[in-house]
Amino acid sequence: MGGDPLFSNGVDLAVVLIVIVKVVVTFVFLLIATMLMVWFERKLIGDMQNRIGPNRAGPWGIMQTLADGIKLFFKEHFMPERAHSAVFVLAPFLSFVPAFLLFAIVPVTGNFADGGNGTVEIFGYTTYVQLADPPIGILFALAMSSVAVYGVMLAGWSSGSKYPLLGSVRASAQMCSYEAAMGLAVVGVVLVTGTLETTQMVLVQAGPGPFGWVPNWGIILTAVIPFVIFVIAGTAELNRPPFDLVEAEQELVGGFNTEYSSIRFALFFLAEFMNTITMSAIFVTLFLGGPAGPAPIGPAWVWGLVWFFLKLFVFLFMFVWFRATLPRFRYDQLMHLGWRVLIPLALGWLLLLATGHIASDQGWPLGIAIPIALVVMAAASGLIRVASRRALEARLAELEPGGVVL
Amino acid sequence: MGYLEGFGVTFKKLFEERVTDPYTIGKGPKAPKPERQHGRHVLNRYEDGTEKCIGCELCAGVCPARCIYVRGADNPPDAPVSPGERYGYVYEINYLRCIHCDLCVEACPTEAITETKLFEFSFTSRADAIYTKDELVVGDDGKPQHLPWEDWRDGEDVHTSAWMRATSPSGSAVFEGIVAWSGELGYGVRHPEQGQAHEDRHERAAMEEEHH
Repeated sequence: MGGDPLFSNGVDLAVVLIVIVKVVVTFVFLLIATMLMVWFERKLIGDMQNRIGPNRAGPWGIMQTLADGIKLFFKEHFMPERAHSAVFVLAPFLSFVPAFLLFAIVPVTGNFADGGNGTVEIFGYTTYVQLADPPIGILFALAMSSVAVYGVMLAGWSSGSKYPLLGSVRASAQMCSYEAAMGLAVVGVVLVTGTLETTQMVLVQAGPGPFGWVPNWGIILTAVIPFVIFVIAGTAELNRPPFDLVEAEQELVGGFNTEYSSIRFALFFLAEFMNTITMSAIFVTLFLGGPAGPAPIGPAWVWGLVWFFLKLFVFLFMFVWFRATLPRFRYDQLMHLGWRVLIPLALGWLLLLATGHIASDQGWPLGIAIPIALVVMAAASGLIRVASRRALEARLAELEPGGVVL
Repeated sequence: MGYLEGFGVTFKKLFEERVTDPYTIGKGPKAPKPERQHGRHVLNRYEDGTEKCIGCELCAGVCPARCIYVRGADNPPDAPVSPGERYGYVYEINYLRCIHCDLCVEACPTEAITETKLFEFSFTSRADAIYTKDELVVGDDGKPQHLPWEDWRDGEDVHTSAWMRATSPSGSAVFEGIVAWSGELGYGVRHPEQGQAHEDRHERAAMEEEHH
């Protein structure tokens, strides 16, 4: 489990240059991709609503985001009188920077076909086509998406205004709730691939799958359920529809960013769409095998790029499709789905996956191990039910008759 | 499939015809504006050149944006400005506030204030945004004045207050098509107008054909 093979021969100027080039390319790629994503979303959602969408700036309105960005640069910086100025200025960056960092661990391409080890050769140096490959790998993604909560939370808190505050309170509760389900879904992938490093995950998924023709992707290794949980929790984590309670225009004016204007608002806006792209990239890496795929002719890394962007596009389309189709959740529905459905489901499925994993390791028959696991699960959930019922009864008994009962 | 049917609906929309009317056709001319569009106001005059406004301030009272300021005054007996007892001495509309709801047009008892089709006007100072009576009253040909910062197109100054002549007083269908309004300088008593949606489509289709 070596780190980046960059460091095997020491660090010289070329290595530093390669890293710098990677940083710049990632930065520029994300900015351009975000620009195109905003345009794509507006155009596609327009199509799905029988509208035309932006069509003025450039061919098919493709420069619309650029025009909006330039406009926002020249707008007035406004800060409410009662805002906490230092935090108010800091908050957009707390949203924006994690969105960039999150992409650092995504393997974009590489030689994954036919037993390749995921590296490419540049000027005689062997390297991965990703900004960084820390040993903690996917945990870094979870950490960064948690930091992004602070951006939203502090933005609402520091605005000194009630609707942004309400929006940010919703945001922090929502993102914390769904992080648990998201983390448990990720654990499933970590369990079956046996690694935290994203490159190793993709390598495992690039291997031969069941029956020889089914791809060995995370979605199949974990039997779909963690994928579904991860997509739902990821959508909630991004605050995208149908989980966009943070920015519920009908209830909260503009949500946590109501008091923001000019380029600070633009940073929030860009961060949101950038997070959509990076989260889709994480989906692809964890569940759809990242850049892994067949490479019939030509260099494998070109095919890696093709596969990666094809898979990425599927998720970007899916997010816009969600937005065009689903109405927003009510807050209690959101909490119910997060705590009462997704987390127990993720936990139960994790238990089954672990059972299957250990059973195949130890050579136990699956037909016996899985039913035992199911019985254990049923017993555990029954005990929890009994416990919570008891607790509720005890609390009700403490209340005097006629007292307030919720 | 109950929950998933919606996804099919939105996906099918991708391949359906768009219902949006574009603002311009390609790089060509601007699309004709609907006849009942609410644009910049005008203060009308009677056929003999006297002003219709009587300074009653009903428009100012009904305005939800409070953008109209009116002050009436008694007509000078030797040179009356309007036929009645009083006239609009000061009349100002602040276009930084106006929402073009046309409630002033509905409130006006003498059809003095109506709206043109002009909405492409922008100003660089607040003073320009406040239209005074000098700018609002129609010229001697009965047409609105064209101010330097306004982008007038053909026909926009002709159809003022079309909706008023297409609908009936108080919404009563009995009056449909019956003339219930006074004459205007330059036009005389205008004819009743039919509903507009049908004609607009025709006009647009003709324009598109011409352009291609």
